[in-house]
Amino acid sequence: MANRIGVYVCHCGTNIAGKVDSVGVAKFASTLKNVVVGRDYKFMCSDPGQEMIIRDIKDLGLNRVVVASCSPRLHEKTFQGACQRGGLNPFLFQMTCIREHCSWVTKDFDEATEKAKHLVAAAVSRVNYHAKLYHREENVHPDVLVVGGGIAGIQASLDVAKSGHRVHLVERDASIGGHMAQFDKTFPTLDCAACISTPKMVAVSQEPNINLMTYSEVTEVSGFVGNYQVKIKRKPRYIDETKCTGCGLCMEKCPKKVLSEFEEGISMRRAVHRNSPQAVPNIPVIDAANCLKLTKDKCGNCEKFCPSGAIDYTQTETELELDVGTIVLATGYDILDPTPLKQYGFGRYPEVYTGLQFERLNNAVGPTGGKIVMKNGQPPESVAIIHCVGSRDKNYHEYCSRTCCMYALKYDHLIKDKVGHHVKIFNFYIDMRCFGKGYEEFYRRVQEEGVSFIRGRPGEITDQAQTPEEEGKLIVVSEDTLLGRRIRVPVDMVILCTAMEPRKDTAEVARIFGISQGMDGFFLEEHPKLGPVSTATDGIFLAGACQGPKDIPDAVAHASGGAAQAMALAARGKVSISPTTSWINPDICIGCKMCIGLCAYSAIEFDERRGVSVINEAMCKGCGSCAGHCPSGAAQIKHFTEKQIFNELDGLLMAVPPAPRAKEEEEPVKAEDTAEAAA
Amino acid sequence: MEEFEPTIVAFVCNWCTYTAADLAGTARMTQFPNVRLIRMMCTGMVDPKYVIKALLAGADAVLISGCHPGDCHYINGNYKARRRVKLLQEILTGFGIDTRRVKLTWVGASEGNEFAETVNHLVNEIRELGPIETRELMVV
Ligand SMILES: Cc1cc2nc3c(=O)[nH]c(=O)nc-3n(C[C@H](O)[C@H](O)[C@H](O)COP(=O)(O)OP(=O)(O)OC[C@H]3O[C@@H](n4cnc5c(N)ncnc54)[C@H](O)[C@@H]3O)c2cc1C
Ligand code: FES
Repeated sequence: MANRIGVYVCHCGTNIAGKVDSVGVAKFASTLKNVVVGRDYKFMCSDPGQEMIIRDIKDLGLNRVVVASCSPRLHEKTFQGACQRGGLNPFLFQMTCIREHCSWVTKDFDEATEKAKHLVAAAVSRVNYHAKLYHREENVHPDVLVVGGGIAGIQASLDVAKSGHRVHLVERDASIGGHMAQFDKTFPTLDCAACISTPKMVAVSQEPNINLMTYSEVTEVSGFVGNYQVKIKRKPRYIDETKCTGCGLCMEKCPKKVLSEFEEGISMRRAVHRNSPQAVPNIPVIDAANCLKLTKDKCGNCEKFCPSGAIDYTQTETELELDVGTIVLATGYDILDPTPLKQYGFGRYPEVYTGLQFERLNNAVGPTGGKIVMKNGQPPESVAIIHCVGSRDKNYHEYCSRTCCMYALKYDHLIKDKVGHHVKIFNFYIDMRCFGKGYEEFYRRVQEEGVSFIRGRPGEITDQAQTPEEEGKLIVVSEDTLLGRRIRVPVDMVILCTAMEPRKDTAEVARIFGISQGMDGFFLEEHPKLGPVSTATDGIFLAGACQGPKDIPDAVAHASGGAAQAMALAARGKVSISPTTSWINPDICIGCKMCIGLCAYSAIEFDERRGVSVINEAMCKGCGSCAGHCPSGAAQIKHFTEKQIFNELDGLLMAVPPAPRAKEEEEPVKAEDTAEAAA
Repeated sequence: MEEFEPTIVAFVCNWCTYTAADLAGTARMTQFPNVRLIRMMCTGMVDPKYVIKALLAGADAVLISGCHPGDCHYINGNYKARRRVKLLQEILTGFGIDTRRVKLTWVGASEGNEFAETVNHLVNEIRELGPIETRELMVV
C-alpha cells in the first residue's frame, strides 16, 4: 500500500511567509509522490494548526506527516504529540526547518522559496521510509545530585529534600553560600544577606534528606536520565569533620598568612581558614599549598592546640561513587577580573575596588568590620561608581550583567547611610536598568538621596592632577553624553561594577556533564524561553547564575524550577527513553567486531554462538559510531537508517520548479512588505 | 553567462552545528541559500557512502560539521568522523574529485556567526571551483 503523506507548511506569521511563499511551497508539496494533502497555515504550532493535522490523519487516513516550520529543536515534540493524538506513531513524522535555516537567513524571496521546496522534498522523501518506534520505560533513581551550594543550589536542595527525596549536594568550596555569603546587604530591600541566607544554610546542614559534601567535586558522570553514576572527589580538609567543633582556635594559632580569596584579596587569612564564623559547615580547612606542616614539616601548631584532636595531616583525597536519577547544576558565576582594562587602573591604584571587594569592605564581619574606609583608614569624601565594566562591551561581554545597576544603587545608599550624606557619589552609567520588582522604586529613592548620575562610560581613571583640587585624588575622565561634554571628576574611591561571567572552568564542567555552553559562555539551556532550566541532556537541569547573569530573586526562582523538574522525574519514578538506538541486523552482520571497539559506551557485545555483534539498548545512546563504520551495513541507527538518509538526499537534490514571484496580491507578498516596514 | 551556483549538502550534528545554524537563524545572519542541511545525531554517524551518494546525486560539495574536538555529545564521534573524512578524501582524489569538495569543520553550538561564515565561505570556494567533476568524468 502506498503511503499517505500530509505536508503542512507554516507561515509563522510573517517570520516564514515574509521570505518564503508558504502557499506555493504547500502547493508544490502536494505534487510530490505519495502526498495526499499539502496545506499552509499561519501558525502550525497553534491549537488550530495541530488540530488540522489531527483531523487530516483521521479524515484522510494519513500515515505519514511532514511539517515545514521552525527548527525541530523547538517544536518537534509539539508535532509528534499532535501525531500521537491523531493516532499516528510519532516517528512517522518528519520536521524540516524553513525558518532558522531558510527564511531568516536568505536574502532573496525566490531563492528562499526554492530552498524551502528542496527541504520539504527531502522530508517527504525521507518520511516514506520512517518506521514505527516505541519509547521504552526506565526506572528513575529517586536521588538527586545538586552541584554547587550557592543560593541557587541551596534552594534547589531544600526544595527537593522537602518533597522527601534524597539530595546529594556537592560544593567545591569549604562551605556553602556562594557569592551571597560575601554580601552584607541585598538590593532592593536592603535586608541583611546573612539574615536571609544563614537560616537557609543551616537548614541545609540540618535537613536529614540532604547529604552535604563540601570541599568536593564531581569528576565523572556516566549513565543516562534516571540512572546516572557519578564519581565525586573529596579533597582532604586535614581536619576530621566528625571531631571538629568549629571553635576556631587553630586559626588563631596558625602563623602562616596569605591573601584571602573570600575577602577578595583585601585582607589576609591563615593557612587553616574558614570563610566566616557563620560558615556552614563551620569546619575550617587546611590549605595544603601554604601550610607549613604539610609543605615543610614544620610548625604543627594547629595540631598542638586543637582541643578536640581533630587535626589529621595524613588525610588524603578520597573518591566515592553515587547513583542518582537527575542532576541539578548550580555552579554560579565568576566576576570579571578588571586588570586587563588598564584604563581603570585596577591593581595599580589602591583605591580602585571591584564590586565584590566593596561588598567585603561593607560587611559587618569583613576586614574593616563593616566600616567603609580607604586603605589609610579614612572614610572617602567622594566615590565614583562605574557601571557596566566589561558588560555591554564588545571587547569583553556583549551581554548586560543584570545586577550591576542595582548593586551600584545599593552602594550609593550604603555609602550615604554609613559614611554620611555629605559624601559625593557619582554613578557613571550607560542606561539604568531597574527592571525587577521594587527596583524602580529603589532607584527613585536613591536619586532622592542626592546621588549624581552621569551618563557616559569613563575613558580613564588617572592620578595625574591638572588642577589643585585634583591633587591626591583619582580623576575619572569621561564624557557626559547628556551634556555632550568631556568631564573630569576627582574622587577618593572608585568602585568598578565588573561583569558577571561564566566560571573559568565552565567548559570543563560542561564536558563532564555532557551539556553545552551558549554564545555568552554560560551553560546552554534547552530553550531560551520555554526551557530555561532544562538542558539538551535529559535529566540534567540548571539553576541560578550558571545559566546567565541573575540577581538573587531570579536565581532562587530558577533554582526552584530546576528542583521541580528533577522532582517530577523522581516522583514518577519512570522515564521514557528514546528508541533511536542502534540495531545490528544479525542476518547481515559478518562478526568483524569492528563496532565493538568503536562504541564509546561499551554498548555492543559479541554473541559467540551466533557470531554476531549485539546492541545493549539500555546503554546505547544512538550516536551512530558503529553505523557510520559498519563495513557490511548491518548496524543501523533507528530513525537514521541508510535508506532514510539516502532518500532524504534524493529529495534534497531533486529538481524543483523555480519559484514564480507571487503574482496576485497574495499573503506572502503583503507579509514581506509589513516585515520590511517593521524592520 | 550566468554564474555557476553550486549545490551543497551539509551533514551536521544535532548538538553543535545544527544548534549553531539555529542560532545563526535567530540572529538573522544572512547566508547563501546553496547549502542544505541534513540533521544527524553526530558526525560519527556520517557513513562515507552518504557523502559519495550526495556527490553522485548532484551535490557539488559536502560539508560535514560537528562539535569541536573533545566536545562531541557522544564523547568522540567527531574524531571518528575526522579519520573517515581523511580517508575518504584520499579515495576521492583517486577518482579525480577535488578534495575541497568534502569539507569537515567544527562549529560549536554557540558559534552562530562561525556557522554563517563557514557556509558563505564554502559557497564562494565552490563557486570558484566550478561544477563537480563527476558530471563530465563519469556516467552515473
Ligand atoms: C558585586 C555583586 C553584588 C551583588 N549584590 C546583589 C544583591 O544585593 N541582591 C541580589 O539579588 N543579587 C546580587 N548579586 C547577584 C548574586 O550574587 C547572584 O544572583 C547569586 O549569587 C547567584 O547565586 P548562584 O547560587 O547561582 O551562584 P553562586 O553564588 O556563584 O554560587 C555557586 C556555588 O557553586 C560552587 N561551585 C562552582 N563550581 C562548582 C563545581 N564545579 N563543583 C561544585 N561546586 C561548584 C561555588 O563554590 C559556589 O558556592 C550581586 C552580584 C555581584 C557580583
Ligand atoms: S555530537 Fe556533535 S560531533 Fe558528535
